[in-house]
Amino acid sequence: MRVAILAALTPSPFKVHFMNILRTILRAFVLLLGMASAALTGPYEEALPKFANDSYADTDTAIGAVASSGNPLSIDVVEALRDGRLLIGAGQVFIRRVSGELTNAATGQVWGNPAGELKAVRVNNRVRRSIEAALGSLTLLSADAAKRLEAAHAVFRSRDEAVLPTLEKAIAQEGQTHVRNALENARAAILLSKQDALPMQRLAAIETLRARGDQEALALLSNLPSNAPPDVVAAAGKAAAGIRSRLTFWEAVQNVWYGISLGSVLLLAAIGLAITFGTMGVINMAHGEMVMLGAYTTFMVQELIRSQAPGLFGASLLIALPLAFLVAGSVGVLIERTVIRFLYGRPLETLLATWGISLILQQGVRTIFGPTNREVGTPAWMSGALDIGTMSLTYNRIAIVVFAFAVFAILLLVLRYTPLGLYVRAVTQNRRMAGSMGIRTSRIDALAFGLGSGVAGIAGVALSQIDNVSPNLGQGYIIDSFMVVVFGGVGNLWGTLVGAITLGIANKLLEPYAGAVLGKIALLIAIIVFIQRRPRGLFALKGRAVEA
Amino acid sequence: MRTHSLFDRQTNLVLSLLAAAAILVPAMNGLAPPGSALHLSDHLVPLLGKYVCFALLALSVDLIWGFCGILSLGHGAFFALGGYAMGMYLMRQIGPRGVYGDPILPDFMVFLNWKELPWFWYGFDWFPFAALMVLLVPGALALVFGWFAFRSRVTGVYFSIITQAMTFALMLAFFRNDMGLGGNNGLTDFKEILGFPVQAGSTRIALYVLSVLALAGGYLLCRWVAGSTFGKVLVAVRDAESRTRFLGYRVEHYKLAVFALSAMLAGIAGALYVPQVGIINPSEFAPANSIEVVIWVAVGGRGTLAGPIVGALLVNAGKTWFTAALPEFWLFALGSLFVFVTLFMPRGILGAARDLWERSSQKLRARRSPQPVTHAAE
Amino acid sequence: MTAPVTPTLLYLDNVTVSFDGFRALNALSLAIDHAEMRAIIGPNGAGKTTMMDVITGKTQPNEGTALFEGTHDLTALDEAAIAELGIGRKFQTPTVFEMHTVEDNLLLALKNKRGPLATLLSRRANQERERIDALLERVRLTAQRHRRAGELSHGQKQWLEIGMLLAQEPKLLLIDEPAAGMTDQETADTADLLRDIAKSKAVIVVEHDMTFVRDLGVKVTCLHEGSVLAEGSLDAVSANERVVEVYLGR
Repeated sequence: MRVAILAALTPSPFKVHFMNILRTILRAFVLLLGMASAALTGPYEEALPKFANDSYADTDTAIGAVASSGNPLSIDVVEALRDGRLLIGAGQVFIRRVSGELTNAATGQVWGNPAGELKAVRVNNRVRRSIEAALGSLTLLSADAAKRLEAAHAVFRSRDEAVLPTLEKAIAQEGQTHVRNALENARAAILLSKQDALPMQRLAAIETLRARGDQEALALLSNLPSNAPPDVVAAAGKAAAGIRSRLTFWEAVQNVWYGISLGSVLLLAAIGLAITFGTMGVINMAHGEMVMLGAYTTFMVQELIRSQAPGLFGASLLIALPLAFLVAGSVGVLIERTVIRFLYGRPLETLLATWGISLILQQGVRTIFGPTNREVGTPAWMSGALDIGTMSLTYNRIAIVVFAFAVFAILLLVLRYTPLGLYVRAVTQNRRMAGSMGIRTSRIDALAFGLGSGVAGIAGVALSQIDNVSPNLGQGYIIDSFMVVVFGGVGNLWGTLVGAITLGIANKLLEPYAGAVLGKIALLIAIIVFIQRRPRGLFALKGRAVEA
Repeated sequence: MRTHSLFDRQTNLVLSLLAAAAILVPAMNGLAPPGSALHLSDHLVPLLGKYVCFALLALSVDLIWGFCGILSLGHGAFFALGGYAMGMYLMRQIGPRGVYGDPILPDFMVFLNWKELPWFWYGFDWFPFAALMVLLVPGALALVFGWFAFRSRVTGVYFSIITQAMTFALMLAFFRNDMGLGGNNGLTDFKEILGFPVQAGSTRIALYVLSVLALAGGYLLCRWVAGSTFGKVLVAVRDAESRTRFLGYRVEHYKLAVFALSAMLAGIAGALYVPQVGIINPSEFAPANSIEVVIWVAVGGRGTLAGPIVGALLVNAGKTWFTAALPEFWLFALGSLFVFVTLFMPRGILGAARDLWERSSQKLRARRSPQPVTHAAE
Repeated sequence: MTAPVTPTLLYLDNVTVSFDGFRALNALSLAIDHAEMRAIIGPNGAGKTTMMDVITGKTQPNEGTALFEGTHDLTALDEAAIAELGIGRKFQTPTVFEMHTVEDNLLLALKNKRGPLATLLSRRANQERERIDALLERVRLTAQRHRRAGELSHGQKQWLEIGMLLAQEPKLLLIDEPAAGMTDQETADTADLLRDIAKSKAVIVVEHDMTFVRDLGVKVTCLHEGSVLAEGSLDAVSANERVVEVYLGR
């Protein structure tokens, strides 16, 4: 039979090239299936002529019939209709391929020049909706898993009842779990809104949607058809409540995460201050500018890498870390040696002098690098996101949280277990005694100040990833940093940690209710009131040491 | 007493200079023909008026910092609040002359589609009420804020930091459109003050003279306060707070009183400033502004009353010159000024001058008297 | 001298103050009569300064009673209120208003209305002038009247501070180490001055200098670890075995 058809349809096997033969064979293979159904005059062939009527109602019915026919040409037909490439003329239906070729819609065979003039089948909005639904059902059976998944999502949104049989078929033959899940979700969505669905089916659908548990499932469950029986309504209500509490939970988790993320930024910005202000009692208003210097160091390192060794870009931040520490740290030591050491015991004057230094540093950076934002790139390993539940954690935020805690831990260890830490604590607690023990207090002051500034510098490396690198970068952090240190309790690194995270989370939890600006204002007022109630912060040192 | 005679001489000098400024500027602007060397051009009058307002603001900061040792980094907030109170009056005076022509609502409210005037705008069309608010709003904020702070004995840098947070929070609040005070753009496009056109040269002269008079009044008030026993208690609190407390003084009441008084002076300065510059917006609350005021005081010499006036005039004249001639270098200059003054001139220009004067007069006395003045070892 | 209204002027009972578990005062009990002078001795950390803090309202005790004139509960009052009741305190390091003249220091200490409005509107009266003259004479600072307090010698500052206490017209003076940093002559003079003061007022003197305490010739209370170790004449207290143990070690 196959040979007979081939012979009947090819004009002359002797005149064509090998390639032509191949093409012909392929086309014939397609046609073979078409002819097979044509021979049975299946629903496809019966529906096709309806397009020729060019009435919207007929076109609409035809789409449904074609889509459910199972004919492999049906996708082409519906797509052509969507794109205005389905043509009619002389009672026949043609598809103009994207390549320009004209084929017979019934057979798929290439058609030469048609006799009469052809015109496109018109579509309106109703028809367009049918087209979308039909395409959804057609691609459900596609060989490409990604396309099937996409179709499943499309059906979930369109909830076209006509797709149901195809959907059942697709579910039955689906091999991949995540696609099957999506397909089942789509079926559940249809069944839930279908007027004549059985209560059993609806209950199963509700169960599926409950398991899906997102905003869309919630929307579906809250919009049941009016004729739904009470037990279905009850089950849907219960499922919706479940989803709602799940969503609230994830929303809370998300807010807490945002809070921790903000808190870790605050921690990074404030932790250097916790050393200079907290343990040395020096008000360094130029602290924010140390952060800025760190960020500009990152920018310089990336510029160098871009021009000299592009391959190292992934490591640019790691290279920038020690450099930023050195740059900000040496500027810190310089400031301590030239200005601050003359002002110990005069905190208000220190505040004013360091403010002056911050102005100089800002203007210096503005003069060298210009007033505009400089571009600091994100290495590939830090882009992307991790999906947990309904939330998505970006890798750069995760990196900053981890980094902030690492810096905190290292600093804690340095202060506790290194000689420098021991000396710093000794000088902080009793300067004169430490001096008499042979500790060079002025040198320790300089080193401690350099340490605090250096930590601010490496904070700048991290913050360059999430903030604009401009001369004003530091200004944005100075008030917040002081709030964190004062709130947490001066002279206590743990207080700074708790203070930063608490303020970060409180800020993010307030935001949904009060908005970003009002939330921030509310928090500032809360801290002001808090400081007034407990002037020495959350983790205050008590006793005689404080009185002295 | 020695210090008193110096003070009195200083008072006379300051008042005569201010009187000269109040007479000379209008004369040079109005009487001297344009083109003559003595002529003061029209745009300089509001500029000088602005400096005078800044001097009053600096004086208010000196009253609490110089005499009571409280460093407020939020005085810009009181200045701005006084300015907003005046700005609200000026907005109401625009009446139907605004772009949208609404007889009651200021343009920005029409723009935001507001239907009626918010309650806190009531009364501001009446000048005496607005003038009262210029005093009361900053004063009340200072009282409430200070009551919390001083009662809990928040002192030193902690107080400085929370006042900075206060002005920062206010800045964020005033940036919001919902606040009903013009949001980002603030209040501007003023037309008339007490029936006189704001832009007119004669109004500007009048505003300038008023500012000088307010500065002179503020100076006399501070002089009187500082010379009273109250002023001596303030200095006592500055130098030995717990000693003062154990003598039976309620230190927090004194701090509260001087903080509120100082805030009201700052409010007056802001109210006079706004009609002369023609705008008030939330950036006046910026923490950097408040710190800049402190440096004016430090440059002139805190605790001297005349010092902050000198400092404010000098630094602002310098700023005007720099921003025109070497804009790149203004922040370098200002920053270096902060560092230089705190390191090398902690008592400011007038403080250094007074030290010099006292030392030379002491030497003089030592030379005259047969026995040398014995200085106690400390 | 007025007749005593109540048997004791100052009455401390079972006063305990602890900072983070460290007991600065441990069930301390003490009673001071009208016009009595008492010397308090004890090693460092015995709780002498904390006791003064409790009496003057700087520190709130965790438990215990502190009564003044039998009726005023000192634990419920702040420093200013206690000062107005008539308790004056001199610090260990002389604390005077260094930028003010000697005269102004005394003026600020004079028993007057302390409110801001009262001080703002106050006028200097002749009466005040006479009182200041008398005080200056008593603390031997008449010649320094117009000098800044910051220019005085250490001993002069101590005396100025005592003068300020007297200007308050207190019923009880708490004096912390008045002889510290003084020359022998100054120390002897200070003892004379305190004895003179004690004729009309109650005085509590905290002192390390045993010669000075002997000079005072008054009842001595020895504190140790926040409670009273021994009480009596200096000879009796110095003979006490436990006192010797505390001071000299075992």
